Amino acid sequence: MPVIDFANPTRFLTIVNRVLPWLIAATVVLFAVGLFRAVNAPDDYQQGATVKIMFLHVPAAWLGMFGWGLMSIAALGTLVWRHPLADVAGKAAAPIGAAFTFICLTTGSLWGRPTWGTYWVWDARLTSMLVLLLLYLGVLALYWTAEEPGRGARAAAILSLVGAVNLPIIKFSVDWWNTLHQPASVFRMGGSKIDPALLTPLLIMTLAFTLLFMTLHLAVMRNEILRRRVRSMRLMQAQELAEAT
Amino acid sequence: MNLGPHADFIVAAYAVTVFVVAALVAWVVLDYWAQRRILGDLEERGVTRRSQRKG
Amino acid sequence: MSAFTALLVRDMRLAIRVGGGALMGALFFLIVVTMMPFAIGPDLALLARIGPAILWLGALLASLLALDRLFATDYEDGSLDLLMMGPLPLELSVATKAIAHWLTTGLPLVVIAPLLGLMLNVELKATGWLALTLFAGTPALTFIGVIGAALAVALRRGGLLLAVLVLPLTVPVLIFGVAAANAAIVGPTPFGPPFTILCALSLASLVLGPIAAAAALRHGLE
Repeated sequence: MPVIDFANPTRFLTIVNRVLPWLIAATVVLFAVGLFRAVNAPDDYQQGATVKIMFLHVPAAWLGMFGWGLMSIAALGTLVWRHPLADVAGKAAAPIGAAFTFICLTTGSLWGRPTWGTYWVWDARLTSMLVLLLLYLGVLALYWTAEEPGRGARAAAILSLVGAVNLPIIKFSVDWWNTLHQPASVFRMGGSKIDPALLTPLLIMTLAFTLLFMTLHLAVMRNEILRRRVRSMRLMQAQELAEAT
Repeated sequence: MNLGPHADFIVAAYAVTVFVVAALVAWVVLDYWAQRRILGDLEERGVTRRSQRKG
Repeated sequence: MSAFTALLVRDMRLAIRVGGGALMGALFFLIVVTMMPFAIGPDLALLARIGPAILWLGALLASLLALDRLFATDYEDGSLDLLMMGPLPLELSVATKAIAHWLTTGLPLVVIAPLLGLMLNVELKATGWLALTLFAGTPALTFIGVIGAALAVALRRGGLLLAVLVLPLTVPVLIFGVAAANAAIVGPTPFGPPFTILCALSLASLVLGPIAAAAALRHGLE
């Protein structure tokens, strides 16, 4: 199905309504399998059972970054190709990506307390994720404060692209900064190599979370389209009232 | 299932994840119902969209 | 007089005359740096160690606050529309305004930084190096900040939104700026690498900042 078929909002809604139940079912099944494997996963020789937090933390980190990548592609769609649903896709991705980044930070913090001794460590990866969360909050602030959805979407699209360019630089500088101040003992999250017995549950959980992201994304896009419909209908209603008097 | 000495942290991590995901899902579902209801109201009152009128 | 020079001179005159931009930024810098020891305590050894960080944070905040008015006043009296329709490409107009902004707000920060460094017990020779890092890094702060200013004015929102948008993007500048300053003062890490990266960030933002800001103005105000 070519991308242009998704350009019509009504058509898009029909497709989403048909696809969503299947996506939800697939997500639930994958989580069931993944959680079963996670629960039965062996303990890590260094971290014990706390390695089970990895099955949440790593997928959340991946999806936090994936969310911003999705927003950037949507931003190109809005600004360059002028695809009608691109700004809806971008706006829908923002809160979901932010939520997963938040999950990444909290699970990372809870993983850090028993393994490193403190709740927060200015470890390079966690710190980069924190800056990513701040950027997400900035984009959400743009959507939130805009009066017209179109204007807010375009501003957010620009910030998404600026962020996409900046994120590698931020990651690089935070890595550099962290090595400068690195304490003597270096503890790498998850160990340098992941045992195959831990890798399979990790992959299943990553897949499950990714499907969850996609399901939520389509559902939020649907809500946004409906919300815009409500807005234009109300505007039309107001206009009719004004013309009648 | 033995989660070792740091069981609290493992449980807390899973609890936070479940809570955030549940909150997301709740937001999406509630928002959907709200928008459908408002659209239903508007259509009942005879307000139509431009594209529906043209057709 | 070319359009570029005309706009540059106009912006600089406005910044100096109104009394708002130019000296207010330096004054804010002074006040913020003065407040820090009240919070941290008068321990001179500690202040000397974190002196570069305090100065960089003060410069960052001062630059941020002054950016608020970069486009806002022009938007209010309609000159922003004229600028967008004028002979200069919008990217160049934005860059010109940003250069004027740095000359009137960023440069004064660089000039008074050595004095403030002495207040924080940074030794005199080291304050020179510190000022050099600020000289190399404040353009980056201005040109990254210009993006936030353009986004905020397009949405008709003010200072706090601007700060929320801009601050995460300035993390690399802060990291390398302080690192370079510390390297010059304390050693043993070399001064070269962080300083060159800082210059690179300024040069890159000199180009990319106005492009993004112009796009924000165009898309936001159409």
